[in-house]
Amino acid sequence: MSDMTVRKIRVLLAKPGLDGHDRGAKVVAHAMREAGMEVIYTGLHQTVASIVNQALQEDVDVIGLSIMSGAHIPICRKLMGLIKEQDMGDKLVAVGGVIPNKDIPTLNEMGVGGVFPGGTHFDEIVKFIREKSKN
Amino acid sequence: MGVATYIKDEKDAIKEVILQSGIKVRPSYTPEDLERIGFDYEEDLGDPGEFPFTRSLHPSGYRSRNWTTRQYTGFGTPEETNERFKLMISHGQTGLNVAFDLPTQMGYDSDDEMAEGEVGRVGMAVDSLRDFEIAFKDIQLNRIGSGLTINAVASVMLAMYQSMAEKFGYKKTEISATPQNDILKEIVGRGAWIYPVEPAVRLIGDTIEYAMKELPRCNPVSVCGYHIRESGCTPAQEISYALMIAFAYIDNVVARGYKAEEFVGRFSFNLNVFGNIWETVAKFRAARKLWARLLRERYGVQNKKALFLRGIFGGGGSGMTKQQPENNIMRGAYYALAAALSGAQTTALCSFDEAYTIPTERAALLSLRTFQILMDEIGLRDTVDPLGGSYFMETLTKEMEEKILEEMEKIEKVGGMVEAVSTGYVQREVARQAYEFEKKLQEGKITKVGVNKYTEGVDMEVELHEYNEEWARLQIERLRELKKDRDNKAAGESLKGLEGAARDQKNVMPYLVECSKHYATVGEMANVFRDVFGEYVEPSIF
Repeated sequence: MSDMTVRKIRVLLAKPGLDGHDRGAKVVAHAMREAGMEVIYTGLHQTVASIVNQALQEDVDVIGLSIMSGAHIPICRKLMGLIKEQDMGDKLVAVGGVIPNKDIPTLNEMGVGGVFPGGTHFDEIVKFIREKSKN
Repeated sequence: MGVATYIKDEKDAIKEVILQSGIKVRPSYTPEDLERIGFDYEEDLGDPGEFPFTRSLHPSGYRSRNWTTRQYTGFGTPEETNERFKLMISHGQTGLNVAFDLPTQMGYDSDDEMAEGEVGRVGMAVDSLRDFEIAFKDIQLNRIGSGLTINAVASVMLAMYQSMAEKFGYKKTEISATPQNDILKEIVGRGAWIYPVEPAVRLIGDTIEYAMKELPRCNPVSVCGYHIRESGCTPAQEISYALMIAFAYIDNVVARGYKAEEFVGRFSFNLNVFGNIWETVAKFRAARKLWARLLRERYGVQNKKALFLRGIFGGGGSGMTKQQPENNIMRGAYYALAAALSGAQTTALCSFDEAYTIPTERAALLSLRTFQILMDEIGLRDTVDPLGGSYFMETLTKEMEEKILEEMEKIEKVGGMVEAVSTGYVQREVARQAYEFEKKLQEGKITKVGVNKYTEGVDMEVELHEYNEEWARLQIERLRELKKDRDNKAAGESLKGLEGAARDQKNVMPYLVECSKHYATVGEMANVFRDVFGEYVEPSIF
């Protein structure tokens, strides 16, 4: 941000799949906004295709997924595949929610940039996005 | 996470205690406090079992009847779930509380594209009556009642439960099911909604009307403050929202020409237990009192039993932490104690591993044992409302009552609960509070053991429930076979009948029973409603 870019970091915060627990997503959305980012929240029950589509249309820098159901591996696999197909490799993907530690390496291998299990400090998420996003 | 705010001096002495509902706790209470709040025994308490039931619904509390234990159970295929049901019952559990997977809760069959990766994951997969026949095999349905944790398609599940019981030879008048069936809280706090608010509330009205006539031992709705509290609201708001939601459902059925007195006695509640123990107990005492009083005032209900706020008071997931997970065993025990001191009819406890995933067999049994120890060893059945008459508890109960009424007033001002949910008013309020709470926690202004205090040491590793992808394959295979084996013509006709009833504003329940008996699938029935009602669109709350 040293070049005084005016454009704010744009984040698409998405709730993929059928899981309806959105407390975490909304709390993180508040925190990112307070940190000066522009946050677009998809609402619940999004398909992976629709998330990728919204990310393209909104021209976001970051796609954040919030998943509580335990289905983070199949969902991320699908998303990362689609991102590759659409040539959107420059987007930073981060995942939060109920994520057991043992799954973090698998997610990283798929290309998920950051994994933030429940309870992660806002500062940590914000710092990570500021450093890693291409903005 | 339900923690009060403590303001301390430099020597760690507590200067001020502010409960989540906004009530300040004094260092000590005396008869003067009762005078200050205008306490009156008859009006505010009454004897246990007497109006306004602040102390208890029954004169002798747990002496006459122990509480029902109902751990939330279900995963994988109906076979897996049936085994776990039987295991829990063999260990002394006295009711069932069925967990459905997300596709079932959202009205998708297991072979639907939307179900991918989710079949049998957070609960049992149910596609048709055949799955219920497997899941409830060898369960004595005239003795064991079942909570069905499902909302958007609760009407479908209740119809299926009745059909299954009848196939097993039980009379519909002797079975007891409690579908959760609370769509307004689903929209606010749990997210498993399908249809727009108005037809969704109508479906709830249909189940209440049907149960009143056909299923006398069923509790057609379990009004949930629980999930709204999980989403971030205060204990006072939890009760105020739950009561306002209950009034919305009552109004729907009253508009059909019934008196509240005829059906409201079958309502039940699902409320949350975690956080500050005194605030929790006061919350339940105030809730019982307000429900009884407001049913009298608003709807003229007179029958004593119809005024009972009965419910499952469950140990809350939000209190549990991912950090140092074994600490949750102790937390659960204290929550169970709070539930017992609050006069719960039915209890359930989130297990210590639930911050990670659904519980293992070992974790579920530990939760059950926690309740059993309380009742059989510690003395919680000895006398009713043991905290009754405490200067502190009576003052706090009255203060909670006032806070709850204040919050109800706010909802009335925006036009009632249906309106407040449709416009996103409640969702905004809840999300704001969740954020403020999380911020305070991260700043260390409120304390959570193992999270922002006493965090030293190695994080304990716990054995976790593992999802098996094979379950989805088996379930999809069974669904394919079902569609080949069943009488497809009869199933199709029953679905047409359902569509007509949905369009013509007839009560859909008898039609759902008919569809279930012809093995129409959950997805097929839910899609009939999708076609007729459309789907809910979330209001933007930011």
